[in-house]
Amino acid sequence: MGLQTATSWKQTGRTLSSGDEAVAMAALDAGVILGTGYPGTPSTEILETFDALGGRAQWAPNEKVALEVGLGAAFAGAAALVTMKHVGINVAADPLFTAAYTGVSGPLVVISADDPGMASSQNEQDNRHYAAAAGLPMLEPSDSQEAYDFTLAAFEISRRWQLPVLLRITTRVCHSKSIVRRRPPLPPAPPAHFERDIPGRVMIPGYARPAHRKLRKKLSEVAAWVETSPLNVRRDGERRLGIVTAGITAMHCREAAPEASLLKLGTVYPLPLEKIRAFAKSVDRCVVVEEGDPVFLEAIRAAGIPVEGKPEMYRFGELNVERVRRILAGDTSPEPPPAKAKPPELCEACPYHPVYAVLRKLDCIVAGDIGCYTLGVMEPYRAMDTCVAMGASMGVGLGLRHVLPEREARRVVSIIGDSTFVHSGINGLVEMVYNPPATGHVVIVLDNGTTAMTGQQEHPGTGRKLDHSATRQLSIEGLAQALGVQHTYVIDPVKDPAGFEKLLVERLAANDLSVIVARRPCILAAADIRRWEQVAGPARAALVSIGGAGCSACGEPGDA
Amino acid sequence: MPEVTNVVFAGLGGQGVIKASDILADVAFRLGLDVKKAEIHGMSQRGGSVTSDVRFGAEVLSPMVPAGEADFLVVLAPDQVDNNLGLLKKGGVLIPPSLVPETALPNRRSLNVALLGALSYHLSLPESAWLEAVRAALPERLHEVNEKAFEIGRAAARARAETSRAPARSRA
Repeated sequence: MGLQTATSWKQTGRTLSSGDEAVAMAALDAGVILGTGYPGTPSTEILETFDALGGRAQWAPNEKVALEVGLGAAFAGAAALVTMKHVGINVAADPLFTAAYTGVSGPLVVISADDPGMASSQNEQDNRHYAAAAGLPMLEPSDSQEAYDFTLAAFEISRRWQLPVLLRITTRVCHSKSIVRRRPPLPPAPPAHFERDIPGRVMIPGYARPAHRKLRKKLSEVAAWVETSPLNVRRDGERRLGIVTAGITAMHCREAAPEASLLKLGTVYPLPLEKIRAFAKSVDRCVVVEEGDPVFLEAIRAAGIPVEGKPEMYRFGELNVERVRRILAGDTSPEPPPAKAKPPELCEACPYHPVYAVLRKLDCIVAGDIGCYTLGVMEPYRAMDTCVAMGASMGVGLGLRHVLPEREARRVVSIIGDSTFVHSGINGLVEMVYNPPATGHVVIVLDNGTTAMTGQQEHPGTGRKLDHSATRQLSIEGLAQALGVQHTYVIDPVKDPAGFEKLLVERLAANDLSVIVARRPCILAAADIRRWEQVAGPARAALVSIGGAGCSACGEPGDA
Repeated sequence: MPEVTNVVFAGLGGQGVIKASDILADVAFRLGLDVKKAEIHGMSQRGGSVTSDVRFGAEVLSPMVPAGEADFLVVLAPDQVDNNLGLLKKGGVLIPPSLVPETALPNRRSLNVALLGALSYHLSLPESAWLEAVRAALPERLHEVNEKAFEIGRAAARARAETSRAPARSRA
């Protein structure tokens, strides 16, 4: 197949770019028609850059929807890019696993931006496991140039085997800048076109059974191809020490042991096992150095190749040059503590201070959620008792309410941000209405009009698209009312902290279901929001009045 | 091992740590060197500690400066000096915020650029590349004040070197 190497292209200039920017440039050069995703550190900048470069990029309400939109585009033959952070793959896993069976007509690349060390995440899951579990090829770059090259390669692999391809990229590669040389863009693909393929696309058991066999056949072809793929690079050094590694860790290894022989794996799944076997045989000592879980180690050992792994203590956190030196030396002595750092906190002028002050004062049991407002757990408030996953505040709060004795149950509050609410809080609200606790429940939606944590991205509740242009606006209180929540309130917690406190006390005492929307723009985003709304506000009004011409059945006006 | 210069910037979110490291990386980039820049952003934007590593030379491998191997440590917040000293190599140069007193700058917001000016005194990179990179990183209305800050910082580093007769105050 024609996977082109960087040198075979005419070099077309040099940029200093982050890994995220490099992925976006490659997507553009690969002819991606649609990029979609949900913001999540460290993946967010990919779609923002793709938009800035002139690509069509949009935020989806969550990762599952994003993947489904991307899959639809790829079913129609278009090249599509879907981006998310590692935990986003959990949300998107349902369609992902079956997309491996359906395959695609146009190339589809799914970015899994993993966060070893948890710079800005709730866990450090290693998404290499997903590639094997779903049966999808996965590539992993080690710097921005490879982020660019491997994204292009991922599109080629996807096109050739008509399979979605995963690109795993870690925080350090996403956010580090290094030099990138772009290639000439690929010629434009033929226009999207629907080709009916019912057995290939409709995964009822009768069609899914052969589809699974077809997937395994494709994977065995990919496995044969990776044995000679230029994405896996062998550097012969001294015979004494050989290292099998991938991603950013390969850079640490080359620096920590410049004399060693090195096999750098670009194809994380499937692995070039015969290439690894030959490499291991060619050296006296072969060590697998990988960040995170012993994914390579277990696969390589299962193939009967004798290799050494890393001590368990290096499963945790990021690797770096010092830690790789220690792994190679078999050093398991305690590591020096990292430089003492000042932890992040709520911005001084964050509109949520009064909310957390009241939650603390009332000694609420707070089922929390994911966003900057998670920082309400820090001093001086310590006003968050659980934080698990996007949207989990809703279900966890309800579960607590269901089983706690009444006095404690009455103190339980679910607290969730606006973007998180739209992402996966809505289902929890449906559950609240369907299975209400005996003491009722109180949900506080902290609506600061943006996805603040990841750098102020738009979402369906802002009424603006990724590029800040106008679109219809989801009403959080309107949705709650429509679902059957008995009491909904909108209050500005900064303007009226006493009113907020009084309302919360009253709602906690009632046996009803309440949603309190605490609405006040993020202090970091407020000026931008005002600026965008000068254009988007009137445009939205026009959009709504044209689009919602009224219901012909009852003559009521539309959603103006 | 090819010759690589390692610089770590440290400070608090909102101080311009990342802007400073962007400018240095751009200087190296403009001069045709290999360069890598690493930092973690996300949670750190919320007022917490921020560090950013810049490495440049003929060939740079890991983007992160190993602890104890920084040639230069540039610190923007007084309370972030002590906790980051361990990053500096023996004989490495510390550029603390106290090098440029608050009153010396027309605008305190340009402390990051002033400290880049101080760093530039120690690095043999042409001053024109520095000024181009500073201008490219900032809107035009801020050029004058930042060019002034750069010169003030550079002069402060020169004065410190001349008074101590040693290259600089170092960890060793």
